[in-house]
Amino acid sequence: MSTDDLNCDEFVELVTAYVDNALDNHSRRRVQEHLATCTGCERYLEQIRRTVAELGRLPADQLADQARDEILAAFRGWHSGQR
Amino acid sequence: MAALRAGDEVTFTAVLDAWSPGLLRTARSFVADMHTAEDVVQETWLAVLRGLDRFEGRAALRTWTYQILINVAKARGQRDARVVPESSLREEGPTVDPSRFQGADEPYPGHWRTAPDPWPTPEASALDAETRRQIEAALDRLPARQRAVITLRDVEGYEPDEVCQILDITAGNQRLLLHRARASVRAALAAYLNPLSNEEQW
Repeated sequence: MSTDDLNCDEFVELVTAYVDNALDNHSRRRVQEHLATCTGCERYLEQIRRTVAELGRLPADQLADQARDEILAAFRGWHSGQR
Repeated sequence: MAALRAGDEVTFTAVLDAWSPGLLRTARSFVADMHTAEDVVQETWLAVLRGLDRFEGRAALRTWTYQILINVAKARGQRDARVVPESSLREEGPTVDPSRFQGADEPYPGHWRTAPDPWPTPEASALDAETRRQIEAALDRLPARQRAVITLRDVEGYEPDEVCQILDITAGNQRLLLHRARASVRAALAAYLNPLSNEEQW
């Protein structure tokens, strides 16, 4: 191992920058080289991606009807006040 | 935007319904319950109406709407501070339990002692309501700013630039908050999906 090799405990702190494409070329290459040989970090990365995907699938809450109606009424009032 | 300013209710209703779920979720980062979050979102929309004339583009309007929401929600959150549980999660230091990695006197210092356990395949759990409850509970435990960032980025899917503008934070800070938040939610999922492994919520 050369001194340039990435450790797993370093990888887990770079994972967000890696996924967001925010690493410089040198760091990005170190991460890719590490991932190519490390099952644990490959799995960690996959689990972070899965976490992000699951977060994106959370169901949406809508406003209660009463609050929505009041906002729409305010919109009508705003528009009639404009003219 | 022209339709909005002209008072087109169909357009306004579409925007209201498209943005309100994200606004509600983001408000939850700063206030204690859904009821207060609804108040915050309603107050936000009323403030948006008062400033609607000033906006040319819909993207700018969305960012501005969220900026108003953050201000209203923070003010409400401070007023109700006693009911928001203080988070015990760390805001600095490693995001993965250091004992998961080998020490200096072991063969591969800084490398996994044992790799994280694999999770069941997404097909098997994607629609699992309990998985979602675990994620919601993990979000509830996050510090407010981490929760706001991960909500905007990963739940609502906004770009980093817009999130930085909404929360008035730097790109580096945004990434740091997102990083810590994702690591916490991953750890909560790992603890739930691999109950027999010794992975702790760090």
